[in-house]
Amino acid sequence: MKNSKITRVAQLGLFTAVALILSYVESLLPPIWAAVPGIKVGLPNIIIILILYKAGFKAAAAVSLIRVSIVALLFGSVMTLAYSLAGAILSLTLMALCKRFDLFSTVGVSIVGGVSHNLGQILVAIGLFESVQIGYYMIVLAFTGTVAGIFIGLAGSLLLKRLEKFRF
Amino acid sequence: MIGARNVKPSTDGKRKTRNDMILAAVLLLVAAASFLLWHFSRAEGESVTVKVGGTETAVYPLSEDREVEIIGGEDNEYRNVVVIRDGKVSVSEANCPDGICVKTRSASRAGESIVCLPHKLVIEVTGEKSEPGLDMTA
Ligand SMILES: [Zn+2]
Repeated sequence: MKNSKITRVAQLGLFTAVALILSYVESLLPPIWAAVPGIKVGLPNIIIILILYKAGFKAAAAVSLIRVSIVALLFGSVMTLAYSLAGAILSLTLMALCKRFDLFSTVGVSIVGGVSHNLGQILVAIGLFESVQIGYYMIVLAFTGTVAGIFIGLAGSLLLKRLEKFRF
Repeated sequence: MIGARNVKPSTDGKRKTRNDMILAAVLLLVAAASFLLWHFSRAEGESVTVKVGGTETAVYPLSEDREVEIIGGEDNEYRNVVVIRDGKVSVSEANCPDGICVKTRSASRAGESIVCLPHKLVIEVTGEKSEPGLDMTA
């Protein structure tokens, strides 16, 4: 019993590391559209979806929060932490709800995750800057979030199939 | 399959895929509609408003070329250089870690903005005239 707990922690740690590497890879990619900051493919979401389906909400939340905190620590500031946390929390909550009500496949869950991640960030930005104009970004981000979400979701379902026998 | 369901997997998968497509279509349509609405309701910009941490610090007319250095932060460690040229505003230099504000393309229409998130800086183009005496082409 104790052993399995240790194994689980180690596995989650491993996946957190993979999510971090994906964050790093994403930061190396050129911006998709320089006019609108914050457009990202959301590569780490592949891992979050995998853990959400394999190990449940709590484990996914742990990995997501640790990832966001470390990324902010390494590449950002306290400000970007608030910004990313809002995105991560909103995204994870909505993805977990969609999964719970069994509405969508991983593709739909990933679209919800991608778009709501941006929405959370935009809401914080609007609050911080007291500028509704930033909402304009959300329109563009809804587009890119949907398209990226489809691909991330497909990658996630592929990964889930490959790791079908893997248990946390 | 662990956790047997009442619905056959194939039927269930089809339902979910259909829901996925509806979700994607709705989101794309809403985004497209908002984009068109925003784009066509937007007028040519008149002035540039600089906001630091939500507080308006300066307003410049978009019609006059100028270069302004904006220093912020607790120890004046944040630096952005805002350039207004040919009716367009852009950030030419910044010492922020991400450099996104410099990469952002120049803004000229009302409602467009350039954001430097690490420096809590927003440069916004508004439709209001900053100097009522200065009348450009009618
Ligand atoms: Zn910047």
